[in-house]
Amino acid sequence: MNRAEQLQGFLARVPIVQTLGMHIEIKGDDMTAVLPFQKKLIGNFTIQALHGGAIGTFLEMTAMAQLFLVSDTERPARTINTTIDYLRQGKAEDLYARATVVKLGRRMASVRSEAWQAERDKPVAVLLAHLLVKRD
Amino acid sequence: MTNALTDQDSRIAMMRENMAMTTEIVPWARAMGFQVTRIEKGHAWATQPFSDGLVGDPEAGVIHGGVITTLLDNLCGMACSTAMQEFHFVATLDLRIDYMRSAEPHRDIQAEAECYHLTRSVAFCRAWAYHETRDKVIATAQGAFAINQARPAGSPML
Repeated sequence: MNRAEQLQGFLARVPIVQTLGMHIEIKGDDMTAVLPFQKKLIGNFTIQALHGGAIGTFLEMTAMAQLFLVSDTERPARTINTTIDYLRQGKAEDLYARATVVKLGRRMASVRSEAWQAERDKPVAVLLAHLLVKRD
Repeated sequence: MTNALTDQDSRIAMMRENMAMTTEIVPWARAMGFQVTRIEKGHAWATQPFSDGLVGDPEAGVIHGGVITTLLDNLCGMACSTAMQEFHFVATLDLRIDYMRSAEPHRDIQAEAECYHLTRSVAFCRAWAYHETRDKVIATAQGAFAINQARPAGSPML
């Protein structure tokens, strides 16, 4: 089983991934996460905006997935902290995300993920995560 | 006559009377299932019950960090609403979460948020998630919230 299949297999077993309704598309080491719009993802119904927590969960999961894809650990990394910048309102539409492993050290990794909707260069939110990479 | 839109005390009183409504009108909060338990001026408390659908680590059975993000983000927003004299919508500018220790499997999470500074355009908040007390914290959050100046007429104020 290659790394992409391992990752897909893991995500299929994570309940919060199912609750969110997100999935990932992988081509080699290139990965895009997709969060199809659902009414339950709304945070403010008067302006039909996605909840910041739903966006944050999606971005954190994307960061973890990208790190798993390019590293060789048995288990997914654990999050130490996340910083999320909310740049634009998340509209009632599908949300996409990509992540870059900024640094992969022996114990720590720094990953940046970015979410967008209709236009790739108009990000909705950016997350920077530090994760603990377990090597046994 | 006091008005919940322009008067802080009557707004807090109304939020206390309609505590369940404060999360019921937020679809993603309803999906997570947390409930607001206490409201004071500039402060809000909530409980996030454990649920299998919120697990992020299937081997350990622990709630995903994103659930805590939602809980603390939402609760900070509520602390902002109770800190302001006049009602305004707030939007999260940024949020930083530090995970001190894993939540324990199959246990509810308690949370508290505080709006500790307010300017005309920005509210500064911090929040804590824990099982029993703030001494043994699971995660802390700190964030800045933009205060929306426009107040849509006839909009709900919770």
